[in-house]
Amino acid sequence: MSPVPAPSDLPVELRTEALESILVEKGLVDPAVLDKFIKTYAEDVGPLNGAKVVAKAWTDPEYKARLLEDGTAAIAEMGFKGPQGECIVVLENTPTLHQLVVCTLCSCYPWPVLGLPPSWYKDPAYRSRAVREPRALLAEFGLDLGPDVEIRVFDSSSEVRYMVLPERPAGTEGFSEDQLVPLVTREAMTGVAKAKSPA
Amino acid sequence: MTGLLQPRGLGGVPPRLDVEGPAAPPRSNGELVFAAPWESRAFGLVMALHDGGLFEWEAFRQELIRAVARAEAAGGEFSYYRCWLEALQTLLHDAGLVDVVAVEERAGELTARPAGHDHDHGH
Repeated sequence: MSPVPAPSDLPVELRTEALESILVEKGLVDPAVLDKFIKTYAEDVGPLNGAKVVAKAWTDPEYKARLLEDGTAAIAEMGFKGPQGECIVVLENTPTLHQLVVCTLCSCYPWPVLGLPPSWYKDPAYRSRAVREPRALLAEFGLDLGPDVEIRVFDSSSEVRYMVLPERPAGTEGFSEDQLVPLVTREAMTGVAKAKSPA
Repeated sequence: MTGLLQPRGLGGVPPRLDVEGPAAPPRSNGELVFAAPWESRAFGLVMALHDGGLFEWEAFRQELIRAVARAEAAGGEFSYYRCWLEALQTLLHDAGLVDVVAVEERAGELTARPAGHDHDHGH
């Protein structure tokens, strides 16, 4: 990229506000559209969407098969689509295979099902260590996996976003989708945790 | 390196997962996605501009990757949305749409606002 002038020491808050005011003046940004996007991703789109997908997959074998075959389409069936969801691949964790998702270069993440990425996902330590020493990293998240469990790390690319289908916890036989949803955390769907056990 | 808006390095902070502090893994689904209002504005600007067809997402992503790499090389506290803003500014600057210097000048004017004259967004 071409070198551009060095910035001043002005606080980033002011630079953001200045950029916004210039873009609005130029007619490049409609403040109403801007506010709508912020509200949508701050309040409406979040990991609850993904939890509903997982709970459905746990209770409906046909849906699960469709989800693993074509994640994007099966997720869209539930009404979840949009930016960063153009191609979602779902990875099924099993007792012997644990899959973990990272974006080593930036922070690609499946927004329609998980919302915006949490701070730890964007952190340089997570992004580098997920690939280099996933077992140790998972242990720091409180997930100790035995040596018999294979760990595979999936690095998001420009085209593909990954979501993990965690194992259904023991003791949830007979649970309805609504009862299962609260057990599915964002961490479980990124592969840094397992789904919660029922209380 | 001639990185735009490169965060000033504070020395080699070893990359270690912060399990207690602000970057700690959240224990519930209810974490706020933006740590400060300006982060949400920076996020929304990119979304609105992309929605308006001003750039392809991949073009922004490539700038973001470069901004993240520069920030990590510089060391110090990592701010994801600072990288995000830097990527947007570089994209707009290189496209000839918004000059970085113009933003700095406008920001300077904003600092000169009399106390109590801050405006609120979205009202």
